[in-house]
Amino acid sequence: MSVVVTLKINDIDVSGQEDETILDVAREHDIYIPTMCHLDGLSSVGACRLCLVEVKGMNRLVTACTVKVAEGMEVYTETERLKKYRRMLVEMLFSEGNHICSVCVVNGRCELQSMAGRVGVQHITLPYYNPLRTLDTTHERFVIDRNRCILCTRCVRVCDEIEGAHTWDLGGRGIESHVVTDLNTFWGDSPTCTGCSKCVHVCPTGALFEKGRSVTEMTKHREFLPYLTMMREKK
Amino acid sequence: MTTQKARIATIWLDGCSGCHMSFLDIDERLLALAKVADLVYSPLVDHKKFPEDVAVTLVEGSVSSTEDLEKIKHVRAHSKFIVSMGDCAVTGNVPSMRNPLGVDVILRRAYLEEGLENPQIPSLVVPKLLPLVKPVHAVVKVDVYVPGCPPHAETLFYVVSELLAGRLPDLTKMTRFGV
Repeated sequence: MSVVVTLKINDIDVSGQEDETILDVAREHDIYIPTMCHLDGLSSVGACRLCLVEVKGMNRLVTACTVKVAEGMEVYTETERLKKYRRMLVEMLFSEGNHICSVCVVNGRCELQSMAGRVGVQHITLPYYNPLRTLDTTHERFVIDRNRCILCTRCVRVCDEIEGAHTWDLGGRGIESHVVTDLNTFWGDSPTCTGCSKCVHVCPTGALFEKGRSVTEMTKHREFLPYLTMMREKK
Repeated sequence: MTTQKARIATIWLDGCSGCHMSFLDIDERLLALAKVADLVYSPLVDHKKFPEDVAVTLVEGSVSSTEDLEKIKHVRAHSKFIVSMGDCAVTGNVPSMRNPLGVDVILRRAYLEEGLENPQIPSLVVPKLLPLVKPVHAVVKVDVYVPGCPPHAETLFYVVSELLAGRLPDLTKMTRFGV
């Protein structure tokens, strides 16, 4: 039996189960915390750092998607410090890749683009990194354009946790990190990929898309995911 | 007593002119604007030299060549407010897609590898390309950012109206990258 704990988020009294994360409890109480790498139905990894919150008495910021609630916790989600860091994080995501919204397949439906609007980023103060990144069109139906990848690892997790294929993984280190298929071979040659398209649809940006889609033409469908997870857990 | 009209200008750096087209799309409100402001320099009017003391300059395009760089520095020195108009000015946008590849690669592709009759990389008259395409604010101070490709006519009219009324426009709800 799970234990109910009471805590405060932004000075509002709330309650949750002790096995829930700060993000879970905040959402149950309609308190918005921005997220990018988190997706309902997948495990949480705290990769994007956008859900950072302040917890009274802790000397570091914590990711709301991975840290569990506790009795008497006092959480703050909208401090000036957090707002500043969120803008900085979004700017860093933009500056380290090649995000050209106007010619992107998901222009108008991109989570990075809408997050920029949400946290108030209207220009990038950091210098652009302009990396030379690769694009793999060898798969029969899909494309991976690493220029648009923000390393959220949703594709890696959905392929491993839901599809059970584990075609995707991370290769390289630091600023050179990038998503790879199998042992960094061409996607079209993959013996593990089932062609299920789950990675394409969970991708928050235009990094993964269906062939034949032009600018603004790619819509992602993620409704299946919480449903699949829920039905499996019931079993 | 005569009331002084505000002096506004627009310049066109490395962009497709779509932002200027969008500005023209404010249609009949151009007449209202003409009552309170003079367009003292623009690709849309016939003035050869960028004048002194401009209140607001709308800048379309990224900074991609030595000419762009000279122009924008001159414009900055003679404008009270500079508006980065559109994604090329704000982010580098499509012109900046050459940045990861470098200037040599794209010049060779465009002028030597296209099967032209007299293939040569232009070196006279045309300005030299900079090694990296940059957004305007990477080179000079920018006062207002208007993302969009292009920003809607509504948005541009709002920006100019607010600035002429002495207010800094709040665009957080109005536009975004790639609109």
